[in-house]
Amino acid sequence: MTNPTLVIRGGLIVGPLESFLGDVLITDGRIVEVGPSITAPSGAVEIDAVGSWVGPGFVDLHTHLREPGKESAETIETGAFAAALGGYSAVVAMPNTEPSLDSVAMVGYVLERGKSAAVDVAVAGAITIGRQGEQMAPIAKLAALGVRLFTDDGNGVQDAGLMRRALTYAQPLGVTLAQHCEDESLAQGGSMHEGAVSSKLGLTGRPAIAEELMVMRDIELVRLTGCSMHFLHLSTERSIALVIEARAQGLPVTCEVAPHHLTLDETACETFDSEFKVHPPLRTAADVAALRAALRAGAIDAVATDHAPHTPESKDMAFDEAPPGMLGLEQAAGLTLEALGGAEADPQVFFNVLSRGPARVAQMREQDVRVGHSAHGGAVSVGEDANLVIFDPNASYVVDRDNLASRARNTPYHGRTIHGRARATIVRGRLVQLEGNLQ
Amino acid sequence: MIDSIAGGNLVSLATLSQRAIVEVLDTAESFVEVNSRSVKKVPALKGKVIASLFFEESTRTRLSFETAAKRLSADVLSLAVASSSVKKGESLRDTINTIDALGIDAVVMRHSSSGAPVQVSRYVPHVRVINAGDGQHQHPTQGLLDAFTVRQVLAARAGTSGRESGSELFAWLNVLIVGDVRHSRVARSDIEVYTRLGARVTVAAPGTLLPPDIAQWPVTVATNFDEALATADVVGLLRLQKERGSGAFVPSLGEFTSTFGLTSRRAKLLRPETIIMHPGPMNRGVEIDSQVADSSAAVIEQQVRNGVPVRMAVLYLTTAGTTLESGSND
Amino acid sequence: MAERERLNTRQRGTVFVPKSQLLSPEEVQRAVRRMAHEILERHEDIANLVIIGLQTGGICFADRLAEVIREVSGVDIETGTLDVAFYRDDVTIRPVLESAETSVDADLANRVVLLVDDVLYTGRTIRAALNALADWGRPQAIQLAVMVDRGHREIPIRADYVGKNLPTSQAEAIDATLDGVWIGTLVKK
Repeated sequence: MTNPTLVIRGGLIVGPLESFLGDVLITDGRIVEVGPSITAPSGAVEIDAVGSWVGPGFVDLHTHLREPGKESAETIETGAFAAALGGYSAVVAMPNTEPSLDSVAMVGYVLERGKSAAVDVAVAGAITIGRQGEQMAPIAKLAALGVRLFTDDGNGVQDAGLMRRALTYAQPLGVTLAQHCEDESLAQGGSMHEGAVSSKLGLTGRPAIAEELMVMRDIELVRLTGCSMHFLHLSTERSIALVIEARAQGLPVTCEVAPHHLTLDETACETFDSEFKVHPPLRTAADVAALRAALRAGAIDAVATDHAPHTPESKDMAFDEAPPGMLGLEQAAGLTLEALGGAEADPQVFFNVLSRGPARVAQMREQDVRVGHSAHGGAVSVGEDANLVIFDPNASYVVDRDNLASRARNTPYHGRTIHGRARATIVRGRLVQLEGNLQ
Repeated sequence: MIDSIAGGNLVSLATLSQRAIVEVLDTAESFVEVNSRSVKKVPALKGKVIASLFFEESTRTRLSFETAAKRLSADVLSLAVASSSVKKGESLRDTINTIDALGIDAVVMRHSSSGAPVQVSRYVPHVRVINAGDGQHQHPTQGLLDAFTVRQVLAARAGTSGRESGSELFAWLNVLIVGDVRHSRVARSDIEVYTRLGARVTVAAPGTLLPPDIAQWPVTVATNFDEALATADVVGLLRLQKERGSGAFVPSLGEFTSTFGLTSRRAKLLRPETIIMHPGPMNRGVEIDSQVADSSAAVIEQQVRNGVPVRMAVLYLTTAGTTLESGSND
Repeated sequence: MAERERLNTRQRGTVFVPKSQLLSPEEVQRAVRRMAHEILERHEDIANLVIIGLQTGGICFADRLAEVIREVSGVDIETGTLDVAFYRDDVTIRPVLESAETSVDADLANRVVLLVDDVLYTGRTIRAALNALADWGRPQAIQLAVMVDRGHREIPIRADYVGKNLPTSQAEAIDATLDGVWIGTLVKK
């Protein structure tokens, strides 16, 4: 059964270098025509995009879909719905499930389940067995399944020797290792940023140096091994500066920041509300400002949500006992727009950090060798796979935690007005959501 | 800053103004008088139900609060949760809602996690929440009874009453707090109460037992412990918080004692009128020599005795009546 | 000093705004003197009396009564103060009152207690005082002297000695000290 022909009318089509007003015609999963005033065949579904931006569907490098193991918080299906509502056409599922995605069987399971999901689901494999940080996972076998990103996310690989071996092993395979940078011995027992607020609240802190020290270490290991490395959810001014410097030296490093590190700081924890607990933690206002500046300057490759669903019972615990993590898929785009300056945001940078950059890091573009996935992060040109989003930068809405597509409710933005909303998401030529309604 | 805890919660001293603190001290003074009668009971909280919820064991503080509640004629539901089936990681909300279903007016709680009383007050906003110590965060009634004890001692020396002196006796007072400031909720509460009342606070501890941002705190860090002892009017000793991991922060207890313990030798450096205090329970021989603890300069027993009237004052102010302004004078 | 005492009997956050003076200081002194004579007349053994002033408005009158009695009879009357904040029965519908000092040195068994207050209105303060006294012991008898009785009783309480009967409306407020008796209103600060 084929999807109906779609025609997107009157939007600002945001290409990689320039934008122009026009229409887009989609048939059989592909873009077949782009230009002003397209004549659509009869039976085509018209989608109004006047006043909105039309660009490649967003790609999330960092989503926790919780399946297998924690389906009470989220499943591949519900997570994909949340992604679609957020404007995403693809997500990369993190491997800290139960059991971890460290074997052909588990990775295969998620890829299979992902085939019927609303968006394209790629998988990040674990670097070590069980994410224990002791023994390498079968990286080559998983790469053969199409896995291009490997991470022990949830934790960083603590042992430098093991990390060096993993980088050396992965380098010839053309895959990227991604790191959750936090030195456990420095961050141990901490539940928020170590600083004036944690000191006043009597909460053990996770100091910035715990992240920065591992960033420094891994940059040097990349220099030594030549393997590509992607730094997950960098949260401090210094971490960003280190990566920018390394990139300037020609090292194959990329980085992402999460929407919460662009919009919230440590003072949010003063109410001891565990919705604000996350690793790495919310940092200082100065860090937030520095991350925003780097984002606007195009120095950050991707915004990645680190969407981390948790059941209400598990978050309803004392701050230091509650699991870290917050939802992100549905609000990420609006928050990114805010961080880029709202009305003054550059649509090129917007789609670079939400779509084109992540598609490049995840190797999900047209020119990448993909296994079972369509191409994302494109130029919105004829012949490309139709993975698109229609984003209205002027729409606004109030976040309601009881009205989310995600199974969980742990969003720190409940009650906040978000400016900017994905009005429609098209995945492989199929309209998966329109005006906030899943199709 | 709030000007009175009347009808509200007492979770942290950080939000109380000087006026609010003095109000508690003055009210506590009335209860000292009540505690000296043969019938040590007033009907002020008759009909009120107070739950005591101690997720972390502390016989002394729990008994002090329960005695205070009973002397106010309240009904007390005592739940030593630490020994019950509630384990670490069980939902705070569930425990509280169960208790709330029993119809409580106020809950006195101690928990090993900072902020637990703040979270609880969100679950049950119609119940008054009194913090009996949460993690490393605050122990408000300890801070208040410490200040009350100091005021009581100084007022007696000056031949006046605490109530008459208000907060005057604290102006220019040098308070020295010694020990594990980093992990201590008593330290945080004491520093709030003393600075708010106008005293000058100095802290003395090994570097690892001071919070990393101590330079931003409203205290002076002593560079010479012996000198600091000689100029202190009040010396408050803190317990090494072994259960909160402070053991890893010093090489050994012996080393702590030799550098920052109030040994008999160091006690001789104190002026004769200096007041020695400890929130208890004491590690005799660690932060304080047994001899020093039993000397006349130490007011530790007085602190314990003052716990009941101070807690009566807190329970009375928070739980009696409402903030409704109705009725008349008669 | 009088101002602070006056403020202490009010609800937190209200202030008495006077409208007109009903009794001058001289008239108050005369009334107190007259009550002292009445008290002397009714007590053969005046030394058995313990005069207890209610915080805070009754203190000045208790002290003055004791003074006059000493002047006239030469006997030193034992006095004390009583704070009733913790004994009120309307604690749930009134704001929490600031508490003041209670000091009663005498052993009340077999003594006659004379409670003294500034204004008698609903009677709830006196009822609370009776509750408080019960915790102190069992006096032989308890009598009540007030400077002003303004009516509107809600409890069957009556004063044995009254300085002045002043019928008022419930919207008004009375302020009575040794400096005079005023009628006015209570205003939120």
